[in-house]
Amino acid sequence: MGVRFYQEPKKNCNFATNFIFYINMNHVVKIKKGLDIQLQGAPALQISNSKESQLYAIIPDDFTGMTPKVEVKAGDKVQAGSPIMHDKSLTRVVVTSPVSGEIVAVERGERRKVMKITIKPDAEQQAIDFGKASVDSMTSDELKELLLKSGMFAFIKQRPYDIIANPDTTPRDIFVTAFDSAPLAPSYAFVLKEELPYLETGLKALAKLTPGKVYVGVSKKEPIAVKNGETVVFDGPHPAGNVGVQINHIAPINKGEIVWTINALDLLFIGRLLEKGHVDYSRLVAVTGSEVSNPHYVRTCAGASIASITDGLVKQAAYDRRYISGNVLTGVNAGADGFLGARQSQVTVIPEGNDCNEFMGWASLNPNKYSMSHSYFSWLRGKKRRYAIDARVRGGERAIIMSDEYDRVFPMDIYPEYLIKAILAFDIDKMENLGIYEVAPEDFALCEFVDTSKLELQQIVRNGLDRLMKEMN
Amino acid sequence: MFQSVFEGFESFLFVPNTTSRSGVHIHDSIDSKRTMTVVIVALLPALLFGMYNVGYQHYLAIGELARTSFWSIFLFGFLATLPKIVVSYVVGLGIEFTAAQLRHHEIQEGFLVSGMLIPMIVPVDTPLWMIAVATAFAVIFAKEVFGGTGMNIFNIALVTRAFLFFAYPSKMSGDEVFVRTGDTFGLGAGQLVEGFSGATPLGQAATHSGGGALQLTDILGNPLSLHDMFLGFIPGSIGETSTLAILIGAVILLATGIASWRVMLSVFAGGIVMSLICNWCANPDIYPAAQLSPIEQICLGGFAFAAVFMATDPVTGARTNTGKYIFGFLVGVLAILIRVFNSGYPEGAMLAVLLMNAFAPLIDYFVVEANIRHRLKRAKNLTK
Repeated sequence: MGVRFYQEPKKNCNFATNFIFYINMNHVVKIKKGLDIQLQGAPALQISNSKESQLYAIIPDDFTGMTPKVEVKAGDKVQAGSPIMHDKSLTRVVVTSPVSGEIVAVERGERRKVMKITIKPDAEQQAIDFGKASVDSMTSDELKELLLKSGMFAFIKQRPYDIIANPDTTPRDIFVTAFDSAPLAPSYAFVLKEELPYLETGLKALAKLTPGKVYVGVSKKEPIAVKNGETVVFDGPHPAGNVGVQINHIAPINKGEIVWTINALDLLFIGRLLEKGHVDYSRLVAVTGSEVSNPHYVRTCAGASIASITDGLVKQAAYDRRYISGNVLTGVNAGADGFLGARQSQVTVIPEGNDCNEFMGWASLNPNKYSMSHSYFSWLRGKKRRYAIDARVRGGERAIIMSDEYDRVFPMDIYPEYLIKAILAFDIDKMENLGIYEVAPEDFALCEFVDTSKLELQQIVRNGLDRLMKEMN
Repeated sequence: MFQSVFEGFESFLFVPNTTSRSGVHIHDSIDSKRTMTVVIVALLPALLFGMYNVGYQHYLAIGELARTSFWSIFLFGFLATLPKIVVSYVVGLGIEFTAAQLRHHEIQEGFLVSGMLIPMIVPVDTPLWMIAVATAFAVIFAKEVFGGTGMNIFNIALVTRAFLFFAYPSKMSGDEVFVRTGDTFGLGAGQLVEGFSGATPLGQAATHSGGGALQLTDILGNPLSLHDMFLGFIPGSIGETSTLAILIGAVILLATGIASWRVMLSVFAGGIVMSLICNWCANPDIYPAAQLSPIEQICLGGFAFAAVFMATDPVTGARTNTGKYIFGFLVGVLAILIRVFNSGYPEGAMLAVLLMNAFAPLIDYFVVEANIRHRLKRAKNLTK
């Protein structure tokens, strides 16, 4: 277990001094297990404006746990902040439109599942006025009501199950992760530089929603000093930025407890709503990956098309590329004609690799083949070298053979392999005992990357959580 | 019809170009083929030395060592060993292919390693049909019935060895089987020199009687030096004699991170501790093998081979890190315990690993249970 860290930021004290105090006091949670995958295409600290997106989309799958009831139909006019859909059981949880415009289509897939709702933006943008709000003078119910009807609440997730939060519950604590340690992830210090006041307003609002504490996980490398909430400094490789890892080191979830989690970049939306009186879904998105010619930050809006974001940035090539909304570990394969996910602040473009037929590749001595294990020779080339890795699985699926593989990239007080086996067997008692309530699929992403047996661990965990939720409720 | 077999060969020759469908979009280059390949590479030093030593012991036995060239010696051993490798692979992989075809899944690579281990842990004069029968038994009843690679409880190669040991004891132990005295495909025919005895050092220790100091000798009756034991110029199972070659394999396994250093280290630790206890406490008149020093115990028999290649099998050993220390230590202790106190089994390493294979899940159970208790306690403290 790491060092727990409770330090109320001192009032009237500048944040830099505060931060130096934290470091000197060794109040840093040191994460040792994990892996920073050495990918090519990290974003340079520059910002450009994206091309105007011709279409915006709301994708219900971005709001895990929501059974969408669509409130609009093709041809309807909406404003930024108009409700588009709500959850079937938690009817107060709505998702609102990022832009004003006209609904183009409600696209459905198999069994009439809603895949996405597309919106053609107006030239002149209009937003619903929710009224500027002063968090201090609002009751917690008033605040919750505002967040619910403006669609902001849908960005808050809960653990257990890693799903949209239930507004009828009261969380023990709220955890905000204010850095992303995933491969090529945007620098939150850079993205938040101009917007810290919004973040602080957001944190102040969260404090109203829990009787417990609001923890803010920041990284030692790029610390962010914020006024509200309890800052906890984390140091170490990915997945140090995963909120699940942070919870596990700060105050682990016990059976029966509920905590809420939110990403700092999503919390900005809440801060902006409260300060401005209307929704502002604009995002600074890191366009990254080995197929991007000039990886940097692009100013755009949640739900914008990938094409508008990556316009002119992707290298010319004859082979197939994979356009990922998010990072390479947990993102969604959106396709070149897809859309930026509601919770994503990153687009990654990598080679698909479906044209490669490597002869006897498993016997290769090529030091360009990246591996965490030392059985390939990329480790001889040091930690500085960056690799272009394509989307191939590089092996067949097998039973779990190697031991200690998952553990090395899983910095939680949990035995990942035993938990996975309990999920596969769907042994509820065992899952509970082994810590199912503390994990989310994203926590297993690195395990999935390094897995010799090539098992789809995130999918296994997601299915396990869904099934467990059905059993328990 | 032979789709699995076809796919097996295709994915054997080419890295499949299937790309990820769900979850992570990129994967580490490692797969089970790579893992198994590394283990086979790590086995090669011991195998090559084993081949040379088979020839060396043979020409020593017929008194023509000085007149025979290095390559003739190696060729003799190579020809004596190759049929065993072929038989083990043909039988084992044949069953694997059939099982894969019946279950409609990909061919699993586990046997690539087991098939190499089997010829290395048998005496050179083991009849081929016995290897075939034992391999078939082990692959079917110790592996496929459990669900294939990754599902087995016992190490396949050791089950093969144990089957041979208990089914055909006269061919698996004693003075006759560890040195090939006859010719191989007409090569190296000759008369045994006078005073020849094919007993392995551990065999000599087990049968040493009448008390008194134990003097290990080579097959001609000359005293054995520690140097010979370490380099492996002693009679024994084909791949097990050279501690040096096995240690080269250990370096490969540890540098690549394929085998667990925790297991390896603790097997040696357990062996050394138990040897010292035997040195101090056991009555050497009754238990002559207790006189062997820790270094000799490690260099002789299959101890080093078991520590490096058998105990480290991730499937049949302990899987938690804490469990690995306990598992490895007990393998080391048991190997020496069986060796010293049960003269019926001059070599205890095989049985020690098999026995601990059975206990590995129990060790892990207690390690994981500690984590569970700690989680329940945390929840309880909260409700107080």
